Amino acid sequence: MVLNLKDVTKTFKDHEETLTVLSGVNLQLIAGQSLALTGDSGCGKSTLLHIAAGLEAPTSGDVFVADQNLAKLNDIDRALIRRKTLSIIFQQFNLIPSMTVDANLRFQAELSGRLDEDNVSQLIEALGLRPYLNKYPETLSGGQQQRVAIARSLAMKPALLLADEPTGNLDERTADDVLNQLLSLVSETDTALLIVTHSPGIAACMNSTRRLHCGQIE
Amino acid sequence: MGLTVATAFWTSIQAINSEARASYDTAASLLSEGQYDHIVSKLSGSITQDTYIQLRRAGWLVSPILEGQLNGIRLIGFDYLTAPDTLQQLVKSAQKDGYKTAEFGLLIANTQTAKRLETEIKVVIKEALAPAIALGDIGTVQQILKRDDLSRLLVLPGQPMGQVPLNQVGSGLQLKNARQAADLSQLTESFHLNLSAFALLGFAVGLFIVYSTVGLAFEQRRGMIRMLRVQGVPLRLIIGNLILEVLFLTTISAILGIILGYVIASVLLPDVAATLRGLYGAKITSSLSLRSEWWLSGIGITLLGATVAFADRIWQTTKIPISANTRPALSAEVNRSTFRMLGYISLLLFSVMIIIAMMLKGLLGGFLLLACLLLGAAFGLPALAFLILSAIERKINSPMIRWFLADTRHQLPALNLPLMALLLAISANVGVSTMVSSFRLTFSAFLDQRLAPELYVEVSDKSQSLTLANYLERENIESLPLLSSIDFIEGEMVRINGISVGPTYRKNWIFLDYSKDPWDQVQSGSAVIINEQLARRTDLQVGDSFRFDDTHILPIVAIVGDYGNPNGQVIGSASLIKKIKPNLYAAQFGIRTQNVKKLKQDLSKSLALQPHQMIDQESLKTMSMDIFERTFAITDALNVLTLGVAGISLLISLFILADLRIPQLAPVWAIGLNWRSLSLVELARALTLTVLVYFCSIPLGLSLAWILLNIVNVEAFGWQLPMYLFPGAYFELGLYAMFATLIAAIWPALGLIRSEPSTLLKTFANER
Repeated sequence: MVLNLKDVTKTFKDHEETLTVLSGVNLQLIAGQSLALTGDSGCGKSTLLHIAAGLEAPTSGDVFVADQNLAKLNDIDRALIRRKTLSIIFQQFNLIPSMTVDANLRFQAELSGRLDEDNVSQLIEALGLRPYLNKYPETLSGGQQQRVAIARSLAMKPALLLADEPTGNLDERTADDVLNQLLSLVSETDTALLIVTHSPGIAACMNSTRRLHCGQIE
Repeated sequence: MGLTVATAFWTSIQAINSEARASYDTAASLLSEGQYDHIVSKLSGSITQDTYIQLRRAGWLVSPILEGQLNGIRLIGFDYLTAPDTLQQLVKSAQKDGYKTAEFGLLIANTQTAKRLETEIKVVIKEALAPAIALGDIGTVQQILKRDDLSRLLVLPGQPMGQVPLNQVGSGLQLKNARQAADLSQLTESFHLNLSAFALLGFAVGLFIVYSTVGLAFEQRRGMIRMLRVQGVPLRLIIGNLILEVLFLTTISAILGIILGYVIASVLLPDVAATLRGLYGAKITSSLSLRSEWWLSGIGITLLGATVAFADRIWQTTKIPISANTRPALSAEVNRSTFRMLGYISLLLFSVMIIIAMMLKGLLGGFLLLACLLLGAAFGLPALAFLILSAIERKINSPMIRWFLADTRHQLPALNLPLMALLLAISANVGVSTMVSSFRLTFSAFLDQRLAPELYVEVSDKSQSLTLANYLERENIESLPLLSSIDFIEGEMVRINGISVGPTYRKNWIFLDYSKDPWDQVQSGSAVIINEQLARRTDLQVGDSFRFDDTHILPIVAIVGDYGNPNGQVIGSASLIKKIKPNLYAAQFGIRTQNVKKLKQDLSKSLALQPHQMIDQESLKTMSMDIFERTFAITDALNVLTLGVAGISLLISLFILADLRIPQLAPVWAIGLNWRSLSLVELARALTLTVLVYFCSIPLGLSLAWILLNIVNVEAFGWQLPMYLFPGAYFELGLYAMFATLIAAIWPALGLIRSEPSTLLKTFANER
């Protein structure tokens, strides 16, 4: 099991009021499986993804990533899991502005100690990034930046790939293009993929779909 | 805050300058030293009243001046009717306080001086007068000093044509023009220029703060302004509100800055007074008055600074595209071109510096050289830092360190100005402290040379001098009697010293330049020694002749370093000086003894010498070093202030940057670096940049010290000092700079550490 969420609850304090965003969520994902998480805006999809990534701690429940319970780990150990086991693609690309495209896509792989030059080369070719390697992210279009973000995530060969609306900022044609490339690369590497999306089209491309409603998986 | 600091810095120095200048204006300058030509007697050093009357009859518009000492106070007599306008105005203002011209027994002085006069003479208080100076009608002063002659005659402007030539009116009269005179205001002007340069540096640093703060603040507002415009708020209204906000903030800053400047000036003024007294012999008041010129200049410079800092940003606000997205706060591509441009400006300034070094001499050349050096280095710093960081980045394998270096490079544009400020502050510290410490070492060695006798005695009159000389001879105690007088020779105020050449002088004095057997020649009365100041001012060298008067012209056999003394000095044998000044007697004695305490007791018992007439070598050295330290207290204070201002600049930039940093750091956090480490990396970055700036500032500071010691000081003070290096002090300064940076960076870093994950996660969810 690559990802196993057990009875995860997340609440936020809003002045005197307690807001429950996730309530007893259970979710499992095995290697090579792709799962789309859908739901209305504000239903807690991104929060669930952040908890699965160890970016946020659950109020209660357990979050197992590669058999390690993130809920019981401190910030340093959670960061180590993020570095070595999983990778995240955001809607806003979130590339490192001070590094070139080449440095950006190698960065996480180098940090995790899993840099494979052949793999990087293949990703560069597959995503058509060679002309942009020495450029800085700010000079690239949204689609190009998202390709770099995908390459960066896959360069470290993660066991778990989490994607939060990865094509939300792209036009339809570019979105399709990027999504196809992502799915093809994921299937080649046996990576587990959890993707948060509003799009029924994207959800249909995954092995399975779960809908989050009022903080619970339907 | 930046504007307040800038205003405070500027206002405080202007307040000090205007106070000091006011003192000269009302004293030295009004007495026309350096302002008017004057007539002196080459023969006797004084002019008879008959000669004055003859000159007036011959058509010369001259005004008589008599100067003398009374209880250590410079007493100056003048003739109200013929005095220059500026002096007449002072008298008119004193008349309102009860001063009557030509009334015997009335003098004008400030409170401090009036107390010291200790006589029955009535004194009209005029606080604006410099300390230790009292003015009065020439008749009054003649009676007080029991003299009937005149010291010199001021030659007033607008002389009629066809005057009888001076040498036909009286023999031995000499016309000295203002430039040849001991120009106190010219000398002290260099000091004020120094202070003004410091103030301008402080103000520039303050403006750096404002400019970078405003820049970052407007950067943060881009999104909001665009949103307001999208929602239909007219651009004119937005700009109007921004201008109102700027005016409000500027007014508050100006008021606070002027108040703070007044406080700083009040604290520093006594030290400035000590500096001017120590270096130039100029006496200024130690209390500060609220003069319109400095607080108005404070308001003016604040408005100017605010306009400079805000105008560009407000203009840019009008250019924000309503339809396009906000551009990134820090752009890697823009950075490269900015650094390239700054690098070119730096190279241009260094080229200008080389041209100035080859073509321009004098004080102005020295200051221009300093300005080009400092500005060139400041502009070159970002480009240099960029190149160094890029070079290291290429050599490093660790991805974490590579990211750290790349990210640091990326932050440079936002930190440019505080880093430039830090460079200038540390360099100024290195430069000025090297100069002062070199001076201290030289001065200390100089005191060891000069203060060889173990005991110093000052006699009260001629008979006591003779009694003491006889006593010392009888007891077979080696003594160094000193005959001393101040005179106006060759257009210079010169101290004439008569000494008895003995083994102490031969063993201890070190000359800067000398001919063969200088002491033998001085001892025989056939030659003199002059000090460095006199040599430089009059362009005299070893082998030239020094002219006391028409009958006493002697060769110069040595030039001696005479640090910390504003006056020129000529030294001859006691017998020679007695021939030139027959009335002079040995008023001071240096005495060699193994037992200072016993000798003091013996002198008190046998000759009734009072304790205040005797001072031992140890106390005199301590006193001299105390005066020295006080002299440079102002530079220490300004050094601390500039470093403090640079620290504030860094603090404000890092604080504002911390908010912009979250979206830049959040992706790295998501990739797998914990937030606490990333926050600490922010601290490490500030310290790394400080280390980089520190290593750049050492050679810059040493260049600054070299220019100060070899060009500016020589022009301003008249002596050249050897330059020493003080690695320990530089290391200590480095630690202070690191400490200042740590203080500045810790707050923003703590703010980052305390950021909630929800704040970071917004980066991934929303457009910021």
